[in-house]
Amino acid sequence: MSATELHVHNPVEDLLRQDRIPTIWCPGCGIGTSVNSFAHALLKQDIDLGKTAIVSGIGCSGRVSGYMNLDSFHTTHGRAIPFATGLKLARPELNVIVYSGDGDLASIGGNHLIHAARRNIDILVVCINNMIYAMTGGQAAATTPGSALSTTTPYGAFEPELNLVQLVDAAGACFVARWTAYHVVQLERTLEKALRKKGFRFVEVLSPCPTYFQRKNNLGDALQAMLDYKKRSRIQHGCPTWETALTPGGPIIVGEFVDREREDYLTRMRKQLGPHYSEFPPQLEESEPEGCSKEC
Amino acid sequence: MHADPRTVLTGTHFINGDAACCEGALAAGARYAAGYPITPSTEIVERFAARAPEVGGLFIQMEDEIASSIVIQGMVWGGQKAFTVTSGPGFSLMMEHIGLAAMTETPVVFVDVQRGGPSTGLPTLPSQGDMMQARFGSHGDYAVIALSPNSPQECFDLTIKAFNLAEEFRVPVMFMMDECMGHMTEKVVIPPADQIEVRPRRHTTRPPGQFRPYEPGPDLVPEMAHAGEGHKIYVTGLTHDRRGYPSLNAAAQRELVTRLLEKIRRAAERLVMVETDQIEGAEVVVVSYGITSRVALRAVQEARARGIKVGTLRLICVWPFPEKLIRELARKVKALVMPELNMGQVVIELERCAAGQCKVIGVPHPGGTVHDPAEILEAIERGAQ
Amino acid sequence: MLTELRIAGFGGQGVILATHILGRAAAVHQNRFATMTQSYGPEARGGAASAALIVSDEPVLFPYVSRPDILVVMSQEAYTRFAPEVKPGGFLLVEEDLVRLDQRAQGLKIYGIPATRLAEELGKKMVLNVIMTGFLCAITGAVGPEAVRKAVQESVPARFRDLNLQAFDKGLEYGRQLLERGPLTIENSEEVPLESEV
Repeated sequence: MSATELHVHNPVEDLLRQDRIPTIWCPGCGIGTSVNSFAHALLKQDIDLGKTAIVSGIGCSGRVSGYMNLDSFHTTHGRAIPFATGLKLARPELNVIVYSGDGDLASIGGNHLIHAARRNIDILVVCINNMIYAMTGGQAAATTPGSALSTTTPYGAFEPELNLVQLVDAAGACFVARWTAYHVVQLERTLEKALRKKGFRFVEVLSPCPTYFQRKNNLGDALQAMLDYKKRSRIQHGCPTWETALTPGGPIIVGEFVDREREDYLTRMRKQLGPHYSEFPPQLEESEPEGCSKEC
Repeated sequence: MHADPRTVLTGTHFINGDAACCEGALAAGARYAAGYPITPSTEIVERFAARAPEVGGLFIQMEDEIASSIVIQGMVWGGQKAFTVTSGPGFSLMMEHIGLAAMTETPVVFVDVQRGGPSTGLPTLPSQGDMMQARFGSHGDYAVIALSPNSPQECFDLTIKAFNLAEEFRVPVMFMMDECMGHMTEKVVIPPADQIEVRPRRHTTRPPGQFRPYEPGPDLVPEMAHAGEGHKIYVTGLTHDRRGYPSLNAAAQRELVTRLLEKIRRAAERLVMVETDQIEGAEVVVVSYGITSRVALRAVQEARARGIKVGTLRLICVWPFPEKLIRELARKVKALVMPELNMGQVVIELERCAAGQCKVIGVPHPGGTVHDPAEILEAIERGAQ
Repeated sequence: MLTELRIAGFGGQGVILATHILGRAAAVHQNRFATMTQSYGPEARGGAASAALIVSDEPVLFPYVSRPDILVVMSQEAYTRFAPEVKPGGFLLVEEDLVRLDQRAQGLKIYGIPATRLAEELGKKMVLNVIMTGFLCAITGAVGPEAVRKAVQESVPARFRDLNLQAFDKGLEYGRQLLERGPLTIENSEEVPLESEV
């Protein structure tokens, strides 16, 4: 039997840019695992994948957009959310997903995260939290827990970590959840649900970084990280987000924490503007110029 | 194609430069804008925020200028024309995204109503201190187009031009106003929509699967597709190949960066936008742009009254710089005089193009007000000696 | 012909709108060139407010006014600050209940009007600025009254249109009558009147 005959079609393949594989991710990294759950969740939607855009910032997780066979936007460091905001506002029929990392979304892009949640922009944000800046070589992040070691905190960090789910909850996100790279099935179900919901949705995925975070802190390899996630995780749906802080060695509270109804930005804008808002159907052109589609 | 009459406020108005710029953007087809409040540019988006819903558009006030400068790029890739407005401190914050727009070839307009700097500087007083920043402010090599209006009427006319050029070349266009221009009120005539040329997006006609987002056209500018049209486009700020895929090597960098510069360089002659007066046989030519060009005219009139043969050359498009024109002019005159509301920025380019063929006399000014025409007159007289 | 004028007072008196109305009248309805600038910044909020206008038959080059031909002042502070800038022999138009004249007004053609009181008589204090535009038309002739009347109509909300037109006419009429009596002038070393005696 030849290799081709052995090949079994994985339904997820269609959602990936095959000509971009293999990925840059290290063995044992949780980003790819999360992408698998995400792809399965997408396939279970009856949404038009041709009207689905994925936006990333910079970093290891920032590469996700480029591997997905969707409209892919790989933007600047920290600014995936405002770019996605623009896409959504300009073309409301798009499903817009932001897929990026903790350093990108919560540190350099932290302000945008807060304000997109506050505005309730109708986008899904998937945040891979590996608790470190991995692409640049293992520096401390705003999510680096306790006194963990990194290349820029060789004596341990001197500052407490940010609890992302609590942050976005406080800012007004209408759906907030957290899983780890171990919880692939749960993550898929949560993403399915999140994809169907309208408004600002935030799903945090804890991911091992065997290359930097695990190694630097003597936490073993990726398998060890999975065993650790399994041992420490407590599923507590609806848990108040102020009780979900991550502490070194402490329990990892996972689950769907927030699921509330709030009018998203555009719905509220339309309602509030009422008669001041005019629908604006495309102008009928006398003759369509060459090389110009209806979008003109 | 022509402007959409639903967005054009045809008529004769008495409005300031900021308001005229807003109306220009609407006439050009921009129904989406974002910004963060900053004097003296805010009036543009205040007006836009009121006008946009009438035409099915929107203004979103972002959390900062960094966000404003990229949310508009999302809007463009979502199929709209969009712009942001700011002033010095905000312009500084936008620099990374001017680079992103240049790299991803996103047609977008940045309006900078210049005020005195550096830093917080003079929030309510004029300057032309961001001219080099407009050209070189983001890191790496790229080309932009920068226009400089000298009246509220031009704030309207040239804003349309700015959008048209952004679409034609798929570059970020810098619209370089100043506080004086933004807050100055004059008559502005807005023509009927069918007299306003509006450049549509260079949208691909290829079906999904046959479209490569960064395949250069004959003029080196690629066609564009938007999100949600089935093309599954890939847009990245990384160095990329013609498919848009990251390609992190020297050869790809050479091909891409060369093209980004070359698409503007090749069109440089066509992009020359100047207004000249009496440069034939002139001993001295005063080269200026924006509000300074009006102030300089006073000095020019006085110099002519004193018998000096003075010509004027006003740069309407400052970047790209009219290199060839200046080179030829420098061969014929004794001196080129350049007053500008900064301590000597565009004059550096003037000197480079004059290449020692004539005197180049800068008339620097730190901003806060406009020149005293006497300073310019003095420079003209020195040039004529 | 090029005329430079400045209107100054305190925030809330409608200084900016009055200048805008005059500029619009000249530019839009008389098809002349008009350039208006105004003061910005913290001092424009609540405190002193000032706007300047250049009206000309030729394109206006230099945008700022430093030596106005006409100064309209509606507060003491504005008078103190701007009166010394007026060109010798220029017009000084004052809200006479709010401004005390002194040596600064020396050599100027001074005309006073109790614009606030006249506005109150019309029922709304806020129309004093439009009264001033009528007054300015009558006294200086810098902008044509018909053009200004049109500009007033276009510049105020519909429900205040009639009131503002009345205000304009009132200022114009008051000015025309006063013009016949001629200006008040303050001669060198003359004792400064505590109140204008117009």
